[in-house]
Amino acid sequence: MSNNEKKRLVSRKDMTMAQWTWKEMKRNKVAYIMCAPFFLLFFVFTVLPVALSIFFSFTEFNMLEPPKWVGFDNYIHLFLEDDIFVIACKNTLIFAAITGPVSYLMSFLVAWFINELSPKIRAVVTLIFYAPSISGSVYMVWTILFSSDSYGYVNGTLLELNIIDSPIMFFQNADYVMPLCIVVALWTSLGTAFLSFIAGLQTVDRSQYEAGAVDGIKNRWQELWYITLPTMRPQLMFGAVLAITGAFGFGAVVTALCGMPSVDYAAHTIMHHLDDYGGIRFEVGYASAIAVFLFLIMLGCNLVIKKLLSKVGQ
Amino acid sequence: MSKKLRTRHHKVVLNRSAGGDAGITFLLVILGAFMFLPMLYVIMQSLKPLDELWMFPPRFYVMSPTLGNFGDLFSLMNDSWVPFSRYIFNTVFITACGTFGNLIVASLAAYALAKMKFPGRNFLFQIVVLSLMFHQTVNQLSNFIIMSTLGMVDTYLAIIVPALAGTMGLYLMKQFMESSVADSVLESARLDGASEFRIFLTIAMPMVKPAWLTLLIESFKTLWNTGASIYIHSEELKTFNYAINQVVTAGVQRAGASAAATVVMMIVPITVFVLSQSQIIETMGSSGMKD
Repeated sequence: MSNNEKKRLVSRKDMTMAQWTWKEMKRNKVAYIMCAPFFLLFFVFTVLPVALSIFFSFTEFNMLEPPKWVGFDNYIHLFLEDDIFVIACKNTLIFAAITGPVSYLMSFLVAWFINELSPKIRAVVTLIFYAPSISGSVYMVWTILFSSDSYGYVNGTLLELNIIDSPIMFFQNADYVMPLCIVVALWTSLGTAFLSFIAGLQTVDRSQYEAGAVDGIKNRWQELWYITLPTMRPQLMFGAVLAITGAFGFGAVVTALCGMPSVDYAAHTIMHHLDDYGGIRFEVGYASAIAVFLFLIMLGCNLVIKKLLSKVGQ
Repeated sequence: MSKKLRTRHHKVVLNRSAGGDAGITFLLVILGAFMFLPMLYVIMQSLKPLDELWMFPPRFYVMSPTLGNFGDLFSLMNDSWVPFSRYIFNTVFITACGTFGNLIVASLAAYALAKMKFPGRNFLFQIVVLSLMFHQTVNQLSNFIIMSTLGMVDTYLAIIVPALAGTMGLYLMKQFMESSVADSVLESARLDGASEFRIFLTIAMPMVKPAWLTLLIESFKTLWNTGASIYIHSEELKTFNYAINQVVTAGVQRAGASAAATVVMMIVPITVFVLSQSQIIETMGSSGMKD
């Protein structure tokens, strides 16, 4: 094997790039076989639809007639003429700027806090924090807690204590809708990223901590910054991508809580705008343009976070 | 054994301050209450008789707990046009095929991407990450066109096949393979003449057990909660989640049954999670021994 390796390295200079690549591809045939099932399905059911959507974003398409090429019309309309889109953008940014970082930090900190507990206790605490996100539509409990009649727990209690005279219509009041949705979003946000942080923390090699102590690490915060975080970079990146997609893609729960459109568009996000045009009006071209725009925003966030994470531990 | 590890950990390494410990415990309790109390309320609601559900002032705790709501729920389920066992079978079948299929398909590709240096691997991985950021609603429409071309509309395949290539699973497995599987171990196995498939199964996968248990539970959660789908219109192919929601959305008099339905829907993934956690605890114990 090592002999082969040497021969290969020597002969590389004599080959063109294409020859070299081809040789490497043949050498790694088994890697392509391992990738094949996933990427075959992935290209058919994910890449192809995305490519189609990007194409549709330059057309007028209603699923019935063939798409009609309109160039950048959808985008121009989106930015210049669509007032509700502006509201949606503003709401999305507020929503994402709060829920993204908070859920990310909360997932990591809780995972880190419970890392030193004994395994049994850790399992129980993990369950408590993870249960809301795994339990399907259990977030509907918030509509009972904040129900708009006096039987709702919050209204009932406030009435009982004479703080208010009549029940507050929490999910129909533009002042309450957004904060409530943020709370519910955070409540369900300790999901996959949280679990992967817990698992990632467990796989940090303990001897590194010991070596760190010898090298003069003084407290848990230094240990976190210089040892734990750098070794967890793959998980941190994974969690960040999920936090971004979660924060920008959080629409279904809002719809379930406040209806669509929400009162005065108070919790109307880009996602809702997209669902509105894609799922209700079947203006596929326009909906695709919104999706492409959302995609670009998320991409930008992803790049920024990648930059930030590369500074960890320095 | 875990206790031994912990004391060792404390003695050798840590300069943990008591103040920090107290502060962290305090924060955990506050956050834990925020997470737990609404869940507890769901369970309380499902045990309340109708007069307690519509009582003023509302109480958090149930006073005379009853299983009547569950009884109501099951009799509603018995009245349905398609037998409920069919809906349950659909969900179980879709969930089992999709979850295990996703685990195998995604892990294989993740291993190759993380641990084998072949031309194109960066490119392939980058598209997977990019695709995570493209919203599904729009894809659904294109997907519908693709699925009807392939003749998959209104079959189980419409749900199962796309789930097999769940991108999040691949991403998760790849990150863990990268951080927790040492190249040196793989190299020596290769020198011994082990095939890549063998190395994958016997060396790499056991080392990332926490990761694939996470994948299993996430994939399970998603598929279990599959509701109405634009790809399925036959009533006999619809899922348990869809059916149970149909049954209980009928206003005030079904509030109790609705709370019971929520509890039924959440008990299954939580049980699966608890089982997988006990697996994780075992794995942690043994991997802790090695160093």
